[in-house]
Amino acid sequence: MTATDVRYTHEIAAGAAWTVRLGRHRSLRLTCLDDGANASVLMFAAADPLERLNVPDTLKAQMSACVRPPMVLMSDMGRALASVTGSSLDWHDAVTGHSTDALVEARFGPSSYAADRNGWRRSARAGLLDELWKHGLGKRDLHATVNLFSKVVPGGDERGSLAFEPGHAATGDWVELRAEQDLLVVLSTAPHPMDPTPVWAPARLRADVAAVPAPGADDASRRFRAESGRALAETERSLA
Amino acid sequence: MTVTDADAMHGVDVLFDTTVEAGDGWTGELPAGSRLRIVDLCGNQAVDTLFFDAHDYTNRYSAVDTVREQGAAYLTTGSVLRSVDLDPLATIVADTCGRHDTLGGACAQESNVVRYGRHTRHQHACRTTFVRQAMAWGRGLEKRDLTHNVNFFMNVPLTRDGGLTFEDGVSAPGKYVELRADRDLLVLVSNCPQLNNPCNGYNPTPVQLTGWRT
Repeated sequence: MTATDVRYTHEIAAGAAWTVRLGRHRSLRLTCLDDGANASVLMFAAADPLERLNVPDTLKAQMSACVRPPMVLMSDMGRALASVTGSSLDWHDAVTGHSTDALVEARFGPSSYAADRNGWRRSARAGLLDELWKHGLGKRDLHATVNLFSKVVPGGDERGSLAFEPGHAATGDWVELRAEQDLLVVLSTAPHPMDPTPVWAPARLRADVAAVPAPGADDASRRFRAESGRALAETERSLA
Repeated sequence: MTVTDADAMHGVDVLFDTTVEAGDGWTGELPAGSRLRIVDLCGNQAVDTLFFDAHDYTNRYSAVDTVREQGAAYLTTGSVLRSVDLDPLATIVADTCGRHDTLGGACAQESNVVRYGRHTRHQHACRTTFVRQAMAWGRGLEKRDLTHNVNFFMNVPLTRDGGLTFEDGVSAPGKYVELRADRDLLVLVSNCPQLNNPCNGYNPTPVQLTGWRT
């Protein structure tokens, strides 16, 4: 998965939030610059942010408990938002949400700009809300995040217990998403809320945005499952 | 088994006791401390349910926060249903079914197209029921307030290798789940009309909702 037509690159700081406007058939490749990275991601249709990523729809349509290539990330309106075109990892969590200020403070103690300057420990929720607000969105627009680079495994038992797998992502691990329509992608690099690392250790990411071809008839995401192909077809039909 | 039985009625203040037909919806408020019992009258009937803080609809049920905080995917007795602010909204205090889903979301006309094909675009679906319930309730509720829900009586097992499937229900006629409201709540229910998978045994049926104060 080599992005040959990189348009720009951006380093996302550790424990920070970022928004990227990702045009149709642009790829966003995120690469870990440190070990133990997490990116809690929200996604909206740029044309109408009322249409947004729907994790339950995405998982049930593709019969998966996690996000992995070549799955299609689907909106609540039955359209493909993005395809996961590649990753060095076979598991990205989507079922355990993102950190909040209360969780971060309970784990790591109080933090502020005055005390910690730009090391201020801000939760994923705080960062996501900052970014959402810039686009006229807010708390009502929160939905289940995909937590790229994090793995939470179901135990397969009666309760469906969920265990965080430490050390899942290392420096150099990557994931690439291809936008299937114009998107607003909002993300935070705060640590996963179940990460047991005893110290606050968020990781940096590099983002590469590239122009990529439209998915063809033999595209891996289109052919993954009939449901994946139908979500892509619904987007293509609506933009025809 | 319902609260309206003569014995159980003694000393309780029944707030509502209603049958919700297959494919129908229900909206109501549940004061803090009161109980809600949902009875799967005929068995294998998914009951899609949303909870909101009655005084702040932005502080609404969050499936992923609920699942993470209890460290397990399925809901049963003892499960605390949490809001986006991590506040307890309700606690499951009795459950004769044993397992309820909250990761499968609600069916929609648009997601039916993805899952089953374009011929299902005009079939009835839970998210249309939610939209109708929210419109009728008013008070500022809009589409963006409709979040990932609870599916009472629905069985969506997750596997260690990352699989997720909709399985035949673990429920049966007369099974029920009972919740205690941990704050004043607004509750939206869609009695699922899905015909294309086993979540309703391919035959949606009525459920009973009973609310009371002890």
